[in-house]
Amino acid sequence: MTTQEITVKYVYLLAAVLFIVGLKMLGNVKSAPRGNMVSAFGMLLATAATLFLITGATAISLVWIGIALAIGAMAGLYLALKTSMTNMPQMVALLNGFGGIASLLVASGDYLNKTDAQLATTQGYMLLTTGLAVLIGGVTFTGSLVAFGKLQGLKITPGRPIQFAGQKPLIGLLVFLGILLSIMLIGQPSAGWMIGLSVVASLMLGVLLVIGIGGADMPVVISLLNSYSGLAAAMAGFVLNNNALIITGSLVGASGIILTNIMCKAMNRSLANVLFGGVGFEATTSGPTSAVASNHGGGSVRELSAEDAAIQLEAASLVIVVPGYGMAVAQAQHGVSELAQALENRGITVKYAIHPVAGRMPGHMNVLLAEANVPYEQLCDLETINPEFEQASVALVIGANDVTNPAARHDKDSPIYGMPILDVDKARSVIVIKRSLNPGFAGIENELHFHPSCGMLFGDGKTMVNALVAELNETA
Amino acid sequence: MEELLIPITIFVLAIFIGFEVITKVPSTLHTPLMSGSNAISGITILGALVCSISETLDLEHIGVLLGMFAVIFATINVVGGYVVTNRMLRMFKSPKKQ
Repeated sequence: MTTQEITVKYVYLLAAVLFIVGLKMLGNVKSAPRGNMVSAFGMLLATAATLFLITGATAISLVWIGIALAIGAMAGLYLALKTSMTNMPQMVALLNGFGGIASLLVASGDYLNKTDAQLATTQGYMLLTTGLAVLIGGVTFTGSLVAFGKLQGLKITPGRPIQFAGQKPLIGLLVFLGILLSIMLIGQPSAGWMIGLSVVASLMLGVLLVIGIGGADMPVVISLLNSYSGLAAAMAGFVLNNNALIITGSLVGASGIILTNIMCKAMNRSLANVLFGGVGFEATTSGPTSAVASNHGGGSVRELSAEDAAIQLEAASLVIVVPGYGMAVAQAQHGVSELAQALENRGITVKYAIHPVAGRMPGHMNVLLAEANVPYEQLCDLETINPEFEQASVALVIGANDVTNPAARHDKDSPIYGMPILDVDKARSVIVIKRSLNPGFAGIENELHFHPSCGMLFGDGKTMVNALVAELNETA
Repeated sequence: MEELLIPITIFVLAIFIGFEVITKVPSTLHTPLMSGSNAISGITILGALVCSISETLDLEHIGVLLGMFAVIFATINVVGGYVVTNRMLRMFKSPKKQ
């Protein structure tokens, strides 16, 4: 190794330390902004150091590299600054995908850069990890693109799970093929077609895996793809014998797995069930308040007017807001914040109950409410808030459904039985803002809506919240 | 297999560090953690740069060409990831002083 190469490796070590420190700081609200900066600084340092490897005869490649960096930086900035907070889940999915394809390209590019003579002396594990980097990177890429399409609501990727006969065996076959090709490459290092075939298999695999998963399971999918993008980078690190990639990729791999695990637990489902269960329906009838006051198991649905709801809210001492994906779709977060402000001005305490899988990515609700200037201390997670529902005068459910269904606690036949839910039914009264009585993601009716203490406010989340604000301001 | 020993040791230990560092993140920070770690996974940019270094601009070297594309994608990942994380984190506010 030249002195330059050695120096660069030391800089990589420093960068790895900065990433670890940065990630640690990301775990606390106060230090998180600085943590992100620390980690970004590490990345800048490592990238700049790598450019110093370009010397003498290779100086000419600086031109192309400069152009590529500029294109990437501009596109990245554009995406990051233009994307609305509501569209953040698909943005994160897309960025994950780009990381995945980059690792695929790095592994296959490095392979193609080697002559047959070099390949013959290449370490077996490097050939193996070339195949694995391609496999994981490709899955991450197309998987993320499908997730992006589902979150964006593109026609070619419907939100409902698409499953067909033979899908699971085909997935299994492709995984087996990808791994087999990676192993076979050790025996025949110059067989480039194997890499080519592996690319095709991995790209198909990503599509097949994610297309079968329903829209509301996206928090799990995004976390898992996040993990994959890290693992792909780590595999590329083995290929290039680059410790920075190995360390950093593993860190991301671990963080993605932790989040995946949290999301699965929050739904009381195994990862296998999320990936292959095909849970989730698209509501077929989207007509507004068609099902009002339909009888159900002896109970009936009570419809409220905005005025009734405002009166209930005004008389409250503690209001717990339960936001869900419906709030994001209706972009009602600013209205919710105004409503909370109006209540607080009356001396009413307002808290928010955030279910871990509310929305389409981990922490989705928190980001939206932060955008609407809701202080993060008011956002409570499931364990903290559940004991408080009994003291709450009103639980105001906005666009959340399955996570409030009491059937999860007692109905052994319910598909969501055992899922930790927010105990909104324990509040003295419940107001549900919802477009219609259509079942939620799990495809089942919500018992809560037929509860005697529950009143329904049918309409678009934003419109109804604004109507409540108007009512409250009138009487102020 | 001897050469694999050091990289695999680093790999295994780094995974454990990741688990130790990241568990117990409050749910408020789940999204920034994800987008922040997503930006970090753009570390593959280092590999992309190394792949792109060549003595000619002759794009018949397909490996170099792929490296260039990898630089573009990885840079989008890195820049986009950090900027968007920063945008989110700046929104998280402490309670208003009353």
